[in-house]
Amino acid sequence: MDLKLKIWRQPSAHADGKFVDYQVTKISKDASFLEMLDILNEELVNKGEDPVAFDHDCREGICGMCSLFINGRPHGPDNAVTTCQLHMRKFKDGETVTIEPWRAKPFPVLKDLMVDRSAFDEIIQAGGFVSIATGGVPDANSIPIRKQNADLAMDAAACIGCGACVAACKNASAMLFVSAKVSQLALLPQGKVEAKERVQKMVAKMDELGFGNCTNTYACEAECPKEISVTNIARMNREFLVAKLS
Amino acid sequence: MTKLDSKIPAGPLAEKWTNYKAHQNLVNPANKRKVDIIVIGTGLAGGAAAASLSEMGFNVNVFCIQDSPRRAHSIAAQGGINAAKNYPNDGDSIYRLFYDTIKGGDYRAREANVYRLAEVSNNIIDQCVAQGVPFAREYGGLLDNRSFGGALVSRTFYARGQTGQQLLLGAYSALSKQIGKGAVKMYTRREMLDVVKIDGRARGVIVRNLVTGKLERHAAHAVLLATGGYGNLFFLSTNAMTSNGSAAWRAYKRGAFFANPSFVQIHPTCIPVHGDYQSKLTLMSESLRNDGRIWVPKKKEDAVKIQKGQMKPTDIPEEERDYYLERRYPAFGNLVPRDVASRAAKERCDAGFGVGSTGLAVYLDFKSSIERLGKKVIEARYGNLFQMYEKIVDANPYETPMMIYPAIHYTMGGTWVDYELQSTIPGLFVGGEANFSDHGANRLGASALMQGLSDGYFVLPYTMQNYLADQITVPHFKTDSSEFDAAEKDVQERINKLLAVKGGHTVDSFHRRLGLIMWDNVGMARNQAGLEKAITEIKALRKEFWQDVKVPGTNDGLNVELEKALRVADFLELGELMAYDALNRKESSGGHFREEYQTPEGEAMRNDNEFMYAAAWEYKGDDQKPELHKEPLIYENIEVKQRNYKTA
Amino acid sequence: MSISYSSVTKKIWMSLMGFFLMTFLIVHLSINLLLVISPTTDLFNEASHFMGTNPFIQAFQWILFAGFIVHIIIGVVLQIENWMARPKGYRVKAGSEDSFFSKYMIHTGVIIFIFLIIHFVNFFLVAKGVIGEIPETMVDGKPMDDMGSVVIALFQLPYYMVGYLVALLILGFHLDHGFQSAFQSLGLNHPTYTPFIKGFGHFFAVIIAAAFMIIPLFIYFSK
Repeated sequence: MDLKLKIWRQPSAHADGKFVDYQVTKISKDASFLEMLDILNEELVNKGEDPVAFDHDCREGICGMCSLFINGRPHGPDNAVTTCQLHMRKFKDGETVTIEPWRAKPFPVLKDLMVDRSAFDEIIQAGGFVSIATGGVPDANSIPIRKQNADLAMDAAACIGCGACVAACKNASAMLFVSAKVSQLALLPQGKVEAKERVQKMVAKMDELGFGNCTNTYACEAECPKEISVTNIARMNREFLVAKLS
Repeated sequence: MTKLDSKIPAGPLAEKWTNYKAHQNLVNPANKRKVDIIVIGTGLAGGAAAASLSEMGFNVNVFCIQDSPRRAHSIAAQGGINAAKNYPNDGDSIYRLFYDTIKGGDYRAREANVYRLAEVSNNIIDQCVAQGVPFAREYGGLLDNRSFGGALVSRTFYARGQTGQQLLLGAYSALSKQIGKGAVKMYTRREMLDVVKIDGRARGVIVRNLVTGKLERHAAHAVLLATGGYGNLFFLSTNAMTSNGSAAWRAYKRGAFFANPSFVQIHPTCIPVHGDYQSKLTLMSESLRNDGRIWVPKKKEDAVKIQKGQMKPTDIPEEERDYYLERRYPAFGNLVPRDVASRAAKERCDAGFGVGSTGLAVYLDFKSSIERLGKKVIEARYGNLFQMYEKIVDANPYETPMMIYPAIHYTMGGTWVDYELQSTIPGLFVGGEANFSDHGANRLGASALMQGLSDGYFVLPYTMQNYLADQITVPHFKTDSSEFDAAEKDVQERINKLLAVKGGHTVDSFHRRLGLIMWDNVGMARNQAGLEKAITEIKALRKEFWQDVKVPGTNDGLNVELEKALRVADFLELGELMAYDALNRKESSGGHFREEYQTPEGEAMRNDNEFMYAAAWEYKGDDQKPELHKEPLIYENIEVKQRNYKTA
Repeated sequence: MSISYSSVTKKIWMSLMGFFLMTFLIVHLSINLLLVISPTTDLFNEASHFMGTNPFIQAFQWILFAGFIVHIIIGVVLQIENWMARPKGYRVKAGSEDSFFSKYMIHTGVIIFIFLIIHFVNFFLVAKGVIGEIPETMVDGKPMDDMGSVVIALFQLPYYMVGYLVALLILGFHLDHGFQSAFQSLGLNHPTYTPFIKGFGHFFAVIIAAAFMIIPLFIYFSK
């Protein structure tokens, strides 16, 4: 298949960017989206041009490094996949594909389609952990955990930290990401101990970094490649309210 | 003749680690903050070690290649993590886990290390649960276990099909806690390009800031490499795109011996290659072999018709199918270990019975399981894997058999380390997949996660402290010494040289060619002629690379092509060492199969009299052959046997 | 109310005030409907008189004002922060929102605010005698302001009536998202009850808007 690409090109963090048109031809429908970009880049290198920079690593949908806002949707037109698992059969021959970086104040563009998501790390550093050191912990089976809660915690813990929720949200809010971690730890007795401090610290850090507020539009849930539920956001709101009131 | 001292503590096997800890040197809390440690890599081993060392009070500087420490490739491990908890009461014990690991590794791993691994495996589970890792649980609220290849007990803890992710996020959260406190300084998007030695000890690193292109100098009292394996040398592998062997290779060139480089694990159940644009191979969990039956057509003409697309697998009647694993290994059938299953698939495809458009695939068929158990049961067990397969291949595994083919997955070989996980460069420690120590010639499923976390949480924090005990009076190092100047200059020259070639072919094109040479000659089946041919071809390719590689752009900023060129330049050297090692090892063991050394039935044949050793290679100069040092492997607590999967 | 409150705190206040204002809407609507269900304006005038003179209601109306002001100020602050969170937008944006009107809360909110001001001038200030003249009427022998006739007179004006209808339609849009959103902001999300809450939210929005809109139509076409 042949495609027309409109790709955001920006030489560096502080330079101005613009959309540049490219044409790719004879792309296999079985290729992944990133392999299509690899082909474009190999052509660009052969022509002596600067290849398009984009983040990617594991290419099996789990590391959370790949991003890309493709035709108006984070991770493109397929549901519940990351860009690296998006395949070209989801596009039509001759289609124009617009590729943009994640857009949010806390996610500045580094180059082309690559953004800096270290804000997510800062939020985790503010409280997304259980404050225990290595060693001296009780036996793993000493605290039974209700299976339903363990499963809900796992649902939340499946977050890969890609930032699609922020990219999709009209307000660039990070509530789904933050609430997934808050929920996971609030659902487990090990995390419950410092749940009140955690939720307040993480929310404060999220606000400080300049993410927007949650309007409960649920675009984050619709676009999350791991289908993290907005019930986590409600749980975080609840945790927050309880922490403030008690 | 040997310079190798494995420093295995004296005493009975079960007491070695306890004795070591009881007698090791410690650093007093007030002195720990005077000591700096550099950790390269934030996977299970690096992340866990950095967090633990920092909790103890050391100054820790951590570097990772991705944009966040949460993305290291440990995250992609699916199946689970072994531990000798014996929660299911099925007769497991530390000794049994130790025994299975040594046997699975085809008797090429060091007893004392493996025993320690089995010993601390239980602490890992406790630690992870305390961190809030959501392991699978039973309705009673206790932890669930599943069984895995190479074991007769259920000892594998898991978190759905994302165990690696959950364990890594546990280590990442511990690391984040320390970063948040200001106790760890984290450097992301940095790639280590050299080790700096001062007076013979590792005292720092040169890293490249991947965003700005600047070379940076960092000094410390000790350096830990936890940079993973070098499977990407084959171009196509299940590794992440940035996984590379450069850190280990640079350490090798600075004097750290490299052990058993030819021991590579090839995983039998991956999605086959489907086009020359393909960038990586995707693993399908080994658990599929529990209910899937592997077959190819009995008649070659049927295979040819399938390859041409004139016939569908469902057109082939039962009696025309060759369930070759069940035929060859009646006792274990489709559940033989990874190396055996991979070789059998290759044998069939090489003989012309392969399927798919390339002829390099075999069927993994769930038809009889669906008939026996019903679609619902199969869906509950493998639904997510089937869905993933369908996303990638666009075929429905409920209706048509899956196609699979072996792919490079893990490297058992790595930097040689002693019992303390210290390399032959004093002060340079190596953990996780990057070292060679625990898996011998073949790794069992669910053991990689165990080793990474064992090294990171429970071994390195002790052994590094032992090393650092006499370093407390050594002041913080400055980075303006002549040693740092020289190391940075070396790196800068290598970069300049690559940029100056301005040849006609992309880095990837060289990488693909290297991968093909390796896959054909240093892959699943090896022989003397092929290995010698590979060495000649790699040398020629390396020469061509340095004359004709095309690296656009400059070093003043993000330059992905330059990053790749630096890695491939190192792979082009490491590949040759792998071939040397494979050529030297005139036996078949685990993942290393030499066609000359097989039983009449085509099974691997070890030569314990001559090769029961770890081969540690010493760098002697670019134009010199590396020197082989042998670390004899002594089995005092285990009876060495030939592996047999034909009869139970 | 300071902007330094956390985003979650602001959302909690937003939803609490939202619920409060929805309660007010129900009360307001019930009084307005007296114009439809009763053949004369007496009932309505009596209710208006009660609302305008009862000391408890008089005190409560200040709380109501405060509720409006809190809801509006926080809403504006949240929106400004939201705009600031994405200084550069996308060229192509496919809507993936599950709650359609969530995207237009500020727009519907501003329109409702303008409507409120007009409404305030036309009715509240008139009722309080600040501006305009209100005819007197006798209900059950008691003299009171004939607010009913003021309403009827205004709704006889076609442009006023249409404007009112549009404003109430937009209020319906605002409520359509606001109802379920307020539950979510307070952390009230449950797999069993949330689908009902969402469904009821749509129903509530339609009912409130429709019932308010029936009144001017009824008056215009019947009086």
